[in-house]
Amino acid sequence: MEPKKNWEPKIIAFLCTWCSYAGADLAGVSRFQYPPNIRIVKVPCSGRISPNLILNALNNGADGVLVSGCHPGDCHYISGNYFARRRFALFDNLLEFIGIEPGRVNFSWISASEGEQFAEVVKEVTAKVKKLGPATRLVKKINEAA
Amino acid sequence: MATINEKISEEIRAQARKLLEAKEVEAFLGYCQGSLPMTARPFVARTPEDTDKLVWNSFCVLNLANYLPALLKSLEPPRGPRDPAPEGPLPRAAILATGCWSRNIVIQIQENQVDRDRVVICGIASRGMVAQAKVKELFAGREILKVVEEDHKLLVSGKGFSEEINRWSVIRNNCLTCIHPDPVMFDVRIGEEGGQRKSDNRFADVEEIENKSAAQRRQWFEEEFASCIRCYACRNACPLCYCPTCFVDDAKPQWVGKSVDQVDTSIFHILRAYHCAGRCTDCGSCESVCPMGINMRILTKKLTSDVLNLYGSEAGLALDSPLPLTTFKQEDPQDFIITEQPADKGGE
Repeated sequence: MEPKKNWEPKIIAFLCTWCSYAGADLAGVSRFQYPPNIRIVKVPCSGRISPNLILNALNNGADGVLVSGCHPGDCHYISGNYFARRRFALFDNLLEFIGIEPGRVNFSWISASEGEQFAEVVKEVTAKVKKLGPATRLVKKINEAA
Repeated sequence: MATINEKISEEIRAQARKLLEAKEVEAFLGYCQGSLPMTARPFVARTPEDTDKLVWNSFCVLNLANYLPALLKSLEPPRGPRDPAPEGPLPRAAILATGCWSRNIVIQIQENQVDRDRVVICGIASRGMVAQAKVKELFAGREILKVVEEDHKLLVSGKGFSEEINRWSVIRNNCLTCIHPDPVMFDVRIGEEGGQRKSDNRFADVEEIENKSAAQRRQWFEEEFASCIRCYACRNACPLCYCPTCFVDDAKPQWVGKSVDQVDTSIFHILRAYHCAGRCTDCGSCESVCPMGINMRILTKKLTSDVLNLYGSEAGLALDSPLPLTTFKQEDPQDFIITEQPADKGGE
């Protein structure tokens, strides 16, 4: 399917409340510009993210997903992001294995002081997803017709 | 002369009788003869007389560990959800276990589904189980009415034919690449010790797909799972799937649609496989029960291979080694994290 002319991707960003969400806040307060394509969902910890949530986002029409948490060692709950990291690594590989384009689902670490980096990551992810075009793999065709 | 499996069957019956008569266990989980050729049925012997029905052959493809948590629960005296646990030791059960089944029992113990003190594990070294589908394919179009098993061959007969085939040629794929046929944990050994088996490259089928292009992998995935009828037999046969409510049955939120739409099927299979990450022992139950012959084991095998490559561990080999996803190391690889990729960070 050819992307529409003025198509803009929708990207769901799952941000952990302690670091990445605060980082996004800082980006706003500091007035760093970043593309308005992301829709933020605040979660308690990156360890909260289950693949169900990521697939559900794609299934319901997101073109890309960004999951972001605290840097390893900085987790508010001490080790949530370490467990998450193992899970994400396996999930990322599994998606690649079944031929989902790399870049649809992205993982990052952003701390509360990294407002500028947050803006950079959003720019990078948006550019990547824009290049990939609308997500069609995990979207039911029936939705498209409706 | 008695075959290896007949000898093992005898030993199983004797052992089960001994345990039940001594009241050491209330139930003995094993196999009895199935009603169709090339089938064996999971069977719980509860009295010494029942034990005569127990058999062992190459068609015991279902993982008995699957029934263990529910069996133990059923042996407990009935009580409400808030009632205190009864005093004194709870009734015990015995179970047959090959390499992969014993690893699944280890996982169930680690995940607090099974109490080690309540199970007597009767370990049997697996000689590999026969894939019914492979035999049927060899005799396509002809109805198989009887299969007699010998040590290294199967005598397959039906109306107007009777042929001999090599047993190893129809062994399940997961048994062909298995390197842990011997039980990792047992209280009683039945039969002879099984040696260590080697496999040149047990992840060859995973690598074959990894080496394809993204578009080819996508096509492979869609074709492989296209015939899925969403019967959930793979989930039901899996000893790892004991959640009271499976994600497929959740209605709010509904993670996966109920239809056989290709998207729903894909999401089901991605999540089903993923839930087995770092836990799957490659016992092959899922594949053996699939009525459509889908090779869904490749997804869990891919995860097993990743866990081994990334974290250097395999599930269920020892009680004291934690499951790969319930532990971590500070230096775990994280090159997939976009903020950890120096090249992508531009001028920073």
